[in-house]
Amino acid sequence: MNGALLFDPLFAGPFATGLCFAVLLPLLGAWLRLRDEWLAALAFAQTAAAGALLAMLAGAPLLLGGLAAAALAAGLKHAFEGATRGAQGAAYAMLLLLGWGVSVLLVANLPLAERMGHALFDGQLYLTERSHLISAGVFAAGALLALRPLSRRLLLAHFFPDLFRARGLSERRAHFAFDLLVAGALALATMSIGVMGAFALIFVPPLIAFGWAGSWRRALALGVAVGVASYVLAFGLALALDQPFGPLLALLLVAAGVASALGRRWAGHA
Amino acid sequence: MSGDSGNGGEPPLLAAAGLSAGYAKPVVGPVSLRLARGEIVGIVGPNGAGKSTLLAALTGAARIFSGRVDKAPGLRVSLQQQQAPAIDGIPFSGAELLALTGAPAAGLPPWLAPRLGERLDRLSGGQLQFLYLWACLQAPADVVLLDEPTNNLDPDGVAFLAGALRRRARPGAGEEEGGGNACAGAGLLLVSHDARFMDAVCDRTVTL
Repeated sequence: MNGALLFDPLFAGPFATGLCFAVLLPLLGAWLRLRDEWLAALAFAQTAAAGALLAMLAGAPLLLGGLAAAALAAGLKHAFEGATRGAQGAAYAMLLLLGWGVSVLLVANLPLAERMGHALFDGQLYLTERSHLISAGVFAAGALLALRPLSRRLLLAHFFPDLFRARGLSERRAHFAFDLLVAGALALATMSIGVMGAFALIFVPPLIAFGWAGSWRRALALGVAVGVASYVLAFGLALALDQPFGPLLALLLVAAGVASALGRRWAGHA
Repeated sequence: MSGDSGNGGEPPLLAAAGLSAGYAKPVVGPVSLRLARGEIVGIVGPNGAGKSTLLAALTGAARIFSGRVDKAPGLRVSLQQQQAPAIDGIPFSGAELLALTGAPAAGLPPWLAPRLGERLDRLSGGQLQFLYLWACLQAPADVVLLDEPTNNLDPDGVAFLAGALRRRARPGAGEEEGGGNACAGAGLLLVSHDARFMDAVCDRTVTL
């Protein structure tokens, strides 16, 4: 692998763009995993892709379409906040199918959408521009700032729901704010690292971290470490082997997840 | 109507008058009670009498059909109900749990204090129950509401809890062990089916 390519100005921007998501998505994934709502992440990413394609057809900015569709999906999820776990899961699955159906139909019928559709699903990280980097950096910084106060509320609502309500705090408001963060992050990430790449980064690192970490803080740190390490490796491999980035990232994370599960079994944890 | 005239002197932190509460329809009441700082009041009654619903109504989680609830201005309430959330597979330590509610670790029983750094899903049912109780009991609050606090506790745990409740209500009142609670003198409202425990710790009880 030619490591110097990582520092080539041509690739430095895309690398930094993806790095923002490699840090942010595993963090957000930890709270999604805590709430057992990881399927919602895939639904958000898929809906964002459909929104971007629809925006392209309408002549609007892709980013705007993706963000709007993901925010709409977050709003729909919010409507199911008080529902049973089964009903919530069904709603996420429906959203996922809706996003996938719209995207594939557009890709199949419109030549312009075909190229963009493949880019959104495979990840178009190397084609990202300065605007992607700025939006990713600003969003990641804002999300990290917002997570600090939101984290305590989400954890309190999970571990002490009665105490949370008794203190006059609104679970629905805290969850909706978090869902909007997740939807925004996934919409932006989908535009650069693709639907499944973004989903892999939000799903697998917390899965690994939850198995090994002894505390929440360590789980967050381990999740970010796994996300960043997998991302850097996938980026380098994709450049060296001239392969699409998204699938390589997903495969690396799957390999890490399997190795983690085997390691835990060997260590007697599972 | 179930009633409690209170201790008369101290102004109440929390008072219910002719309270009838439930969800789709009333399941408890009418009931009246008063809780002042430094008091431990018990709510007793058979299963299904509406004890937990009464606690929920006092914190606004259940619907009030008639009567009223009065709270002292700026009242801080801490509440622990029966169902603990799912914790399996979640990397959360005991120390982090206490930090969430602002409860100090000082004063924890010796069979639990050394395990604070461990994940919650590695603790026994009794240890976990006590830790949740401690987190709510010692949280900064004027009123603490506990629902079936002796569930899953062994006799040692129940005895330690009884002492902790008295210290929480009346810190510095000459209890045997060091307290460690950061905030002093709360009013405690307990729901339990354990008559012996309630007789031992409560200043008075309200029967539903």
